[in-house]
Amino acid sequence: MVNVLFHILIFPGFLFAGGFGLVAEYVDRKLCAKLQNRIGPPWYQPLADLIKLVSKQDMVPEQSDATVFTLMPIIAFTATLTAFFCIPLWQMRALSSFSGDLIVVLYLLTIPTLTFFLGGWYSRSVFSMVGAARSIIQLFAYEIPLFLSILAPAMLAGTLSLSEMTVFYSKHPWLTMLNLIDFAIALVALLGKLEKTPFDIPEAETEIVAGSFTEYSGRLLAFFRIAIDMEMVAGASLLAAVFMPFGLSLGPVFGFILYLVKVLFVVALLSLARTIFARLRIDQMINLCWKYIAPVAFLQLIIDLIVKGIVAQ
Amino acid sequence: MRRYDFKVPIGPQHPALKEPECFSLMLNGEKIEGMSVRLGYNHRGIEKACEAQTYIQDLYLIERVCGICSHSHATCFAQAVEEIAALEVPKRALYIRTLVAELERIHSHLLWLGVAGHEIGFDTLLMYTWRDREIVMDILAMLTGNRVNYSVNTIGGVRRDVSAEQIPQILKAVDSLEERTKYYIQVATEETTIIKRLSGVGIVSYDDAIRLGTVGPTARASGVERDIRRDDPYAAYGELTFNVITDKHCDVYGRTLVRVGELMESYKMIRQILANLPDGPIAVKAPRKIPAGQALSRYEAPRGEDVHYVKANGTDKPERVKVRAPTLANVQAVAHMLKDRYLADMPIVIAAIDPCFSCTDRLTSVRTPDNKTGNIMTWPALHSYSIDWYRRCGIDFSELNKKFRVPGN
Repeated sequence: MVNVLFHILIFPGFLFAGGFGLVAEYVDRKLCAKLQNRIGPPWYQPLADLIKLVSKQDMVPEQSDATVFTLMPIIAFTATLTAFFCIPLWQMRALSSFSGDLIVVLYLLTIPTLTFFLGGWYSRSVFSMVGAARSIIQLFAYEIPLFLSILAPAMLAGTLSLSEMTVFYSKHPWLTMLNLIDFAIALVALLGKLEKTPFDIPEAETEIVAGSFTEYSGRLLAFFRIAIDMEMVAGASLLAAVFMPFGLSLGPVFGFILYLVKVLFVVALLSLARTIFARLRIDQMINLCWKYIAPVAFLQLIIDLIVKGIVAQ
Repeated sequence: MRRYDFKVPIGPQHPALKEPECFSLMLNGEKIEGMSVRLGYNHRGIEKACEAQTYIQDLYLIERVCGICSHSHATCFAQAVEEIAALEVPKRALYIRTLVAELERIHSHLLWLGVAGHEIGFDTLLMYTWRDREIVMDILAMLTGNRVNYSVNTIGGVRRDVSAEQIPQILKAVDSLEERTKYYIQVATEETTIIKRLSGVGIVSYDDAIRLGTVGPTARASGVERDIRRDDPYAAYGELTFNVITDKHCDVYGRTLVRVGELMESYKMIRQILANLPDGPIAVKAPRKIPAGQALSRYEAPRGEDVHYVKANGTDKPERVKVRAPTLANVQAVAHMLKDRYLADMPIVIAAIDPCFSCTDRLTSVRTPDNKTGNIMTWPALHSYSIDWYRRCGIDFSELNKKFRVPGN
């Protein structure tokens, strides 16, 4: 019982995931600022923002569906937190590993976007509704490439369990080099999932104020914020587990440091994309995902299939 | 009535707008089916206020019509008054006016480039251009003592001279700005996402640009070769050689190219001005009372043609001042540009005319709710109407008025 509570509350649960989420947000913001020739926030800024939000009053709009409106941030938060239990962080095995946990992780990471949609839609504000519609349209654009890009390495490893995938790639490290295209695709899809520039279309500030989050404030917004931060870390951890499965047997200390470096590397790539691109339009985003990224993901799938045939011989 | 799903109010308070203005968009999904513009959130009655003050006081008031092109309005007004008074402004003063005008154009266009970047979600461009804009702001502060409202004009000349030590500093700043601008031209013409967001958006054809009466970079980006600096030279522009930048793209991308092209022309002009700065006095003494007469003055502000009309009646106060800021000419084109476009294009299309809404709120047409033109109200009628209006809202000032004995009550 104590063990379970420890896992949920401290590691890899709330305290670790939330804390690391805030660190990742800080790195993202600071790096972005440096690239944009700004000073950037101090290290405690994400935490200070969170504390400020938590201490504010919750406002639920009169027209909104109060149940859905208040429930959605919590669901987003729990779903991302749960995803951490199935991703191998720096050992070979995740905390909870079973055949098919890859699908569970992808499923859990899809839930936040759905909550953005529902939360925004039931806010009943025009900006929220436009933003909600956009996030669901965007979901259809990036989700397929993301699934395909994770599926190809999984197929090469011949398993749908993340932990077994890491074991397989530790044995065949050179095969990870094969999945570089998929790594790029997964990064692009992750940008879409996290709604960051150039895919911050659902919360485009200059168009629809804050999209789904327009009506959110106080604790509910804080839950969304921390959920997005944790989603960033979970997504980056997933990418690290699938595409960078090296150095997993270095023991807890070095393994842990290496894990942090890997995740922060992915976060840094995301902030780099944030600074060098302009925001696309939703139609351009869908075109990009379906015309170029999805076919390339299929190409990688075919390459992996062929390689798997060769390896099997 | 066309079918639409949403009516999205963009403004009076919205992150895309830097000033209060209301654009109501009728959306069908993401597509804009119709749009209505409502002005009048920022009307300050400057034209009327001008009639109550002397010409010199008006100069400072007129300067506050616009925060960005303050020098444009002040120069335009001063030119009109000088024409009525038949003042011969010294050559050196004209050159200094032109110098400040071009520096102002640089700061305005750099500001616009940053805002345009922000509107399409490219904040890096905003941070970079606004950092570089500080260079020209510092030069303006050095020359005039102020970063924004320079107050360098006076009736009959300018108030501050350019010293010999300042010239190399300006040249140095212009050199570094030119280098940075070349980089921005490269970014604007090569970065894929920028081109994707800008090209084909907010199209105004050559004919439409003329029909809708667009001015400045908005018109020049549609191939309309109009520039007051060349067509009707004022200040020192008649003695400078420069090109009028036009573009055939007719879209927001074209407007960006015109503005960065104009930046390069401005650097060229500043070098010419500083090389040929004539000696002599910087102002002539202007009479306090301006003889009766009227004048229309035109000026190419960074946003387009600025027109001031001044009517003098022989006293030290003007009888009528009329300002037509460039945004008023351009804002009608926005509805045309947004026709059948997407919601996502709205911020950049509005930003692409480089709007200055407080400049535009010069004229207010009062309409009754059934859309018929209302009656013209006299001052006492308007006064009692406002008191009644507040009373209906549950606010009664009559007790307070008695207490403070406000005149007129």
